[in-house]
Amino acid sequence: MKFTLGRRAFIAAAASLSLAAPVFADGHKVVDSIHFLIPGGAGGGWDGTARGTGEALTGAGLVGTASYENMSGGGGGKAIGYLIENADSQHGTLMVNSTPIVIRSLTGVFPHNFRDLTLVSGTIGDYAALVVGKDSPINSMSDLLAAYDADASGTAIGGGSVPGGMDHLVAAMVMEAAGKDALNVKYIPYDAGGKAMAALLSGEIAALSTGFSEAVALAQAGEVKIIGVTSDERVDAYGDAPTMKEQGIDTTFVNWRGFFGAPGLPADKLAMYQEAITKMYDTPEWEAVRARNGWVNIHNSGDDFKTFLEAQEKVIGDLMKKLGFL
Amino acid sequence: MIEGLLNGLSAAFSIQNLLMVIAGCLIGTFIGMLPGLGPMSIIAIMIPVAITIGDPSAAIILLAGVYYGAIFGGSTSSILLNAPGVAGTVASSFDGYPMARKGQAGKALTIAAIASFAGGSIGALLLMIFAPMLSTVALLFHSAEYFALMVVGLSAIAAFAGTGNVGKAILMTLLGLVMATVGEGALFNMPRFTMGLMDLQSGFSFITLAMAMFALPEALFLVLNPKRSAQGASGKIENLRITREEGRKIAPVIGRQSIQGFFIGVLPGAGATIASFLGYAVERNIATKEEQEEFGKGAIKGLAAPETANNAACTGSFVPLLTLGIPGSGTTAILLGALIALNVTPGPRLMIDEPQIFWAVIISMYIGNLVLLILNLPLIPYIAKVLAIPRNYLIPFILFFTLMGSYIGQNNATELLILVGMGICATVLKFADYPLAPLLIGFILGGMLEDNFSRSMQLYDGIGFIVDRPMTLGLLVIAVLLVVIPSYRARRAKARQEGVAEGD
Repeated sequence: MKFTLGRRAFIAAAASLSLAAPVFADGHKVVDSIHFLIPGGAGGGWDGTARGTGEALTGAGLVGTASYENMSGGGGGKAIGYLIENADSQHGTLMVNSTPIVIRSLTGVFPHNFRDLTLVSGTIGDYAALVVGKDSPINSMSDLLAAYDADASGTAIGGGSVPGGMDHLVAAMVMEAAGKDALNVKYIPYDAGGKAMAALLSGEIAALSTGFSEAVALAQAGEVKIIGVTSDERVDAYGDAPTMKEQGIDTTFVNWRGFFGAPGLPADKLAMYQEAITKMYDTPEWEAVRARNGWVNIHNSGDDFKTFLEAQEKVIGDLMKKLGFL
Repeated sequence: MIEGLLNGLSAAFSIQNLLMVIAGCLIGTFIGMLPGLGPMSIIAIMIPVAITIGDPSAAIILLAGVYYGAIFGGSTSSILLNAPGVAGTVASSFDGYPMARKGQAGKALTIAAIASFAGGSIGALLLMIFAPMLSTVALLFHSAEYFALMVVGLSAIAAFAGTGNVGKAILMTLLGLVMATVGEGALFNMPRFTMGLMDLQSGFSFITLAMAMFALPEALFLVLNPKRSAQGASGKIENLRITREEGRKIAPVIGRQSIQGFFIGVLPGAGATIASFLGYAVERNIATKEEQEEFGKGAIKGLAAPETANNAACTGSFVPLLTLGIPGSGTTAILLGALIALNVTPGPRLMIDEPQIFWAVIISMYIGNLVLLILNLPLIPYIAKVLAIPRNYLIPFILFFTLMGSYIGQNNATELLILVGMGICATVLKFADYPLAPLLIGFILGGMLEDNFSRSMQLYDGIGFIVDRPMTLGLLVIAVLLVVIPSYRARRAKARQEGVAEGD
């Protein structure tokens, strides 16, 4: 149904749907106020990120007050359009976004892309993972590839996003890096992470492409085995999960979340926002919010953010062309 | 098991926890009455409060109270104002609202409260006994079976169209199915039928459509047809009590629907909405001829069935959540988030590692249901008084309620334009005597029908899943029977009548 959101989004949002109380002058205030523009409805992943970040920033006294505005529509395109059209009056606004801004501007869901905005900072992220059910005969990527070679059509990989969406792209990326043809991978989409997980455990699909933090919760509960993570090195949160790289599959992927400003944001304002965010990482308030949501700190500020986004756009764009989505 | 149960009991019955459940039920009931704020959003709002409590058992008990309160509150707006705030209570308005219009609002609310209580409590009992075994049942259904289940749900429309014009009902169902295809579906990368409008990207929102189809035409009808409003606004809340005969009538319905609803709720891809529609359809089909005539015009059975089923299904949806860690609905997904934030990981090891939490959840369901019943029964006359408000005040109130409901979920002003546009179309259709409920059912089921169908097609490289999977075939046969039997019975009854006429 249209109103069931992904489980991942809920986990992030559920814990952080709180109003940040204004805390005044702690002596180290960097910005007076920030207005967060959230391109999705209340309770989604973007909502949780913006409110959690606002809570930490005001709680730590780095920002005086934070306000929030939900503007859903057009897969996030409505908020992007609004920020661009009203750029001059939106210097106090930060919009939250994530990997889909890259994917959706490539597919033309909305006419703009991240270059039309001022890049403030990427703040957090999550790796992707391939998982199998606990009773599955598959124990590693090489087992999965062997099963795929034996019966490509019977080795379906599921995910919680549309074809051409993030979970699909990760699965395709991994199979390409393993020397298989991504076009032959049977990807089965589900409209929510929970339903995809049920399908995995019921044996409808052979493997599931999902977010790492979500996979960890189920792996710890003994429900699934994580057969590959898209990080450079093993992640501390669950050290038993092998990386794709160590299994000879040279690919990495980060689903980032970060903040954007209106085009033409004055340099001094931009520097202020970036300073506030940079300082935020050292505060106990941020650590509390981060730990509660299971986020991974992946900080890319300004030009680094741009380099990162351009690289991701290139990788995703090439893959989508190959898959026939562009 | 007994020890865990006792631990759970002693935890749940502390003063602090009882206060929690009472507060939760009250908050849930009152916020739940507002359309647009279903259990999902209310629980999301309450989670920060629950987390600051710190004690997982107390937090879960508070949230369970909010959950049950919200479900009951949702039924209230469905019955009194024909404004179902969540999909699960749409079926409650089919007979609940006509009852309220007949001046039986108090009785309708009492039946809803009792049916909800029974459905929730019997569901909790089943959960307690069978939860560990049921985890395998939850995984029995593949996409193919979900597809077939949606077909069964759609075939139930024959039940809604029963007395009216079947052709019109089918037409409206098809319209609903078509409307469900608007937007970016789960299975397609590109938006469909959005006419380039960004606001249609994620499709029509359920709440806007429900308000446009049900509440708005009702309000306009009250304006256009003063006689009709005079009838309902008499303000007398008579017949609050259920007579013994009525009790005897709804008891078997409640019994059957508690069990049926629970098992449908156990399936992660089905949930309370399907359970309530199927409950309504099944009860109508097995009712006697005279009772069937009553359905849709204020039959107490037609209200008790979906109310019981939807509450039992909500309880059933805890099976995959607690035993597998899989949320079957948006609400359980939010609860899962809350549990994880409280350092409780639901899954097969929950019962072994943290039995006190597992039992606290189950005990809290009983208490939540019981407290809700005790709190709400005395409140019903006051809640029902809403209808005694003079229409000069009531109509703006309903209009405000409707507009707010569709705005609040998305914070998107375009929803209001869609709401008003559709509301006008719906009013015209209502005047032309087209039933609006099938449209909404088609819309709700359409998305899931399509998703599961195309997933199965993809998995089986074609239509083969219908024969390959016996359960799919079985469900499809049931769907056909649901359509054929009522019309066969109608034809036989007709033939018999003619026979009698000839005999004279």
